[in-house]
Amino acid sequence: MDGNPHLPRPAVVRDRIEETPTVITLRLEPEGGPPIPFPFRPGQFNMVGVFGVGEVPLSIVSDPSDTDFFDHTVRIVGRVTEAMARLVPGDRLTIRGPFGNGWPMEEARGRDIVLVSGGLGCAPLVSVVNYVARRREDFGSLTVLHGVKNPGDLFWKERLSRLNALEGTRVFLSSDAGGPGWEGAVGPVTDLIGNIPLTPRTTAKICGPEPMMLATVKKLLAQGIPESELWISLERNMQCAAGFCGHCQLGEMFVCRSGPVFRYAKIKNRLGIQGL
Amino acid sequence: MTDESGRFLERERFSVLFDLLRERGYHLVGPRIRDGAIVYGELPGPEDLPVGVRDLQGPGSYRLAPGDSGRHFAWANGPQALKPLLFSPRETLWDSRREADGSLSFSTPDTPSRPLAVIGVRACDLSALELQDRHFGKAPFPDPFYAARRRDLFLVAVDCSHPAETCFCASTGDGPDARSGFDLALGEIDEGFLVRPGSVKGRDLLRDLPLSSSDPVMEETLSNQTERARIFQQRTLPSQNLRGALAGRPDHPHWNSLATRCLSCGNCTSVCPTCFCFSEHEDPSLDGLSSQHVRQWDSCFTPGHSYIHPAPLRGETRFRYRQWLTHKLDYWHDQYGRSGCVGCGRCVSWCPVGIDFTADLPILLEEPDGR
Repeated sequence: MDGNPHLPRPAVVRDRIEETPTVITLRLEPEGGPPIPFPFRPGQFNMVGVFGVGEVPLSIVSDPSDTDFFDHTVRIVGRVTEAMARLVPGDRLTIRGPFGNGWPMEEARGRDIVLVSGGLGCAPLVSVVNYVARRREDFGSLTVLHGVKNPGDLFWKERLSRLNALEGTRVFLSSDAGGPGWEGAVGPVTDLIGNIPLTPRTTAKICGPEPMMLATVKKLLAQGIPESELWISLERNMQCAAGFCGHCQLGEMFVCRSGPVFRYAKIKNRLGIQGL
Repeated sequence: MTDESGRFLERERFSVLFDLLRERGYHLVGPRIRDGAIVYGELPGPEDLPVGVRDLQGPGSYRLAPGDSGRHFAWANGPQALKPLLFSPRETLWDSRREADGSLSFSTPDTPSRPLAVIGVRACDLSALELQDRHFGKAPFPDPFYAARRRDLFLVAVDCSHPAETCFCASTGDGPDARSGFDLALGEIDEGFLVRPGSVKGRDLLRDLPLSSSDPVMEETLSNQTERARIFQQRTLPSQNLRGALAGRPDHPHWNSLATRCLSCGNCTSVCPTCFCFSEHEDPSLDGLSSQHVRQWDSCFTPGHSYIHPAPLRGETRFRYRQWLTHKLDYWHDQYGRSGCVGCGRCVSWCPVGIDFTADLPILLEEPDGR
């Protein structure tokens, strides 16, 4: 057989940060194997695996110019991610990737960027935040609207407030349920959209549960953002990540290959349909 | 001696084809009777083909019965297509090893590289193979396991003379006669076979076959027989191109009607020659030192197929049936340039409750209020 392009590579856990009781960030340093196909694009994902347990698709949150590691933020929800939660620095994982298309950052140069995220759906957008923060002069204003269900679900508090201090950058938070000490808004994240300045140069990137993304799209369209400037990142069951296994299909699309990032106009006919 | 212009192979000399393929290093596979059905197996010679049987197929029904024909191929396809010969139902994609220091290493298992010759391939399955080629051959990284098996395949096709009641390849445009994708094709008549090449490999082999001239009567017999096989087929699809037609009506009430009958068992996807979904999982050894990363056929009828925490996207049968049929007849056009259905009828015969989607399709294409 010709070489197997789908073989994983080993990676060492260099750091483990507990973001909340159910969310961790792992810093993974690939160990041996062919060189990592850098630069990747923010919004791409890796298949990350635990030896003998299995793989899950995880968005890459580290910056493409950090060429010797990947950061992945993981919510502990199942068999594989529970095994990941037990890892300590020095342990090994497996990595295949990066896969997918990522956000169109070149197209966003010089533009005002609005990011709207819900829950851990923010992981693909954190990569954009990091990317823009590091190349601040390449972009116009950056507005981050982030919603959580409960105040306790919020992580990256410090990073978000540091971000808020950057010039031309604003962070707005909301929580469906309020709580003691919560300083953000209370209600759906879409309620924040009315407060932000939108310009003809605005481009929006959205990530979260599908109903939240559709509600966001509706609000942004109503405020005059053209459909062509709305981008969304989809979550699907990805197993092979190469467009073969069929699990991530949405209509005619293999989300792992032609996504996970889509121009809203391209997939709007396939959204909001139960069970598609 | 071989007649240069000849293309007739006497039935008594059919075994020469087997010998020639073996001489060229091929491992021979063909239709055999096993567990009451015709499936692919090792095929030493013509005498091992299902001679003297006929198949009775209908929605949810497949039976073999004694037949009075002395022909080698007087029956229609069984449940198995070429699919399992190339896209293995279960195979290891890589082996992982963990050393004492915790380091990991990976290796690719060997794929059997013995060239395979398949005898008795039908037109529907040749079309299906071409579709699987498009899927598993996608750039930039074609599936290496599929590619390794596909590379050395020799295909001996047979024109269908006895389609099943469930067949509708004439309607999809894929049969009943083999048109492309084979190395050699056989048209079977009572006296023997009219042989035609479809590739360079096939032409080479044809030269060594003890052929004689066919006469016009034989040619006419074969073409009449193909025409009869075409006319025999009662099932049809409303169109070969339903792009947009099913995707445009996700809320049609008839999906619910289908769901009341469908068991969501996945038989249709197993026997479908074009269904390509597979799942991947780890199969760790008991000593914890190694693990195999295995892929196994999966079906859009399983809850796991669309699972994203905390629940499957397609939790209900109506969504799964809609996904399967809409993908097959509609989305395929965008993905691979044609319908994913080749008219083999297997999903009709092998559905345990006898769902015949060719009967449901016209209802799905009507406006729900009957307009």
